[in-house]
Amino acid sequence: MSWSSFFPYLLVMAGVTYLIRMLPLTVFRKEIKSVFVKSFLHYVPYAVLGAMTFPDVLYSTGSLWTALVGLVVAIIMAWRGRSLLSVAIGACLAVAAAQAVMLLL
Amino acid sequence: MNRLFLKGVKHGIPIALGYLSVSFTFGMKAVSDGLTWQQAVLISMTNVTSAGQFAGLPLMLAQASLIEAALTQFIINLRYALMGVSLSQKLDKTMTTLHRMAFSFCNTDEIFAVASSQPEKVGKGYLYGLMSTPWFGWALGTLLGAVAGQLLPEFFRTALGIAIYGMFLAIILPPARKEHPVRVVVVIAVALSLCFRYIPVLNQLSSGFVIIICAVAASTVGALLFPVKEGDA
Repeated sequence: MSWSSFFPYLLVMAGVTYLIRMLPLTVFRKEIKSVFVKSFLHYVPYAVLGAMTFPDVLYSTGSLWTALVGLVVAIIMAWRGRSLLSVAIGACLAVAAAQAVMLLL
Repeated sequence: MNRLFLKGVKHGIPIALGYLSVSFTFGMKAVSDGLTWQQAVLISMTNVTSAGQFAGLPLMLAQASLIEAALTQFIINLRYALMGVSLSQKLDKTMTTLHRMAFSFCNTDEIFAVASSQPEKVGKGYLYGLMSTPWFGWALGTLLGAVAGQLLPEFFRTALGIAIYGMFLAIILPPARKEHPVRVVVVIAVALSLCFRYIPVLNQLSSGFVIIICAVAASTVGALLFPVKEGDA
């Protein structure tokens, strides 16, 4: 793609994304007093990550079966409180193992 | 300051590794679709948003209108506004306006989640450390995918795809195990997300909107049923 047609898109995409991230974080300075709003914001990260994980995780490897194997391993490891890195690696290894088994079958 | 920075860098390593796989895929796709490797890397260095970048790619290649490109980014990334408000409550006094403006450039889902899950308030040392490794991983993965994507056997590429979700699960499951309210909120968010994927008509909505609706609905129920007591949040 030519640079002259590429740059306007780059600027628009980066600019919009930055403003969405920057404005709320910079404008909200005071501590929010409302118990409802505080509680709401406390639950946001878990709700966001939950909705982003399911059902997308099932389609992350191109095969429902290998994804299920990876998911089960990730859930068990995460439930036991393993670190982010070990859970991520464990899930990848489980998917790789499942793929190897499927190749052999 | 220095010690906190290093702590942030360390907390960013798993995020960076998760990003490597996702941005690798982005770099590979961008180049095979018609961008140069420099353009692919430049997008990753300035946008740092997986869903937004994957959605923006076909738009720029099809020479769509800039308004459409802007609107797409706005909808897909609107969830960051919600996270920005949430994280604004967690920042300590070292986060002056300028530092807030600098850090928010890299406030991704994962960085936000890790920063939020810290037991104490977070400041500039920690946050700059926390954003640096993932940003580097995101750019590096794009570069590798763009120049060498075709060399990696498919076997490894597909196995890497699940890394980012393993990370998400490692963030949400331990608190969900300990706290009943978090468990309820996660179950509601997941149930709604499944509805928006599999029920006809509902599944027409863009993924950016779906995440916002799920997050707002589940967090509202959580806040109504289980208000957080002072000092808990």
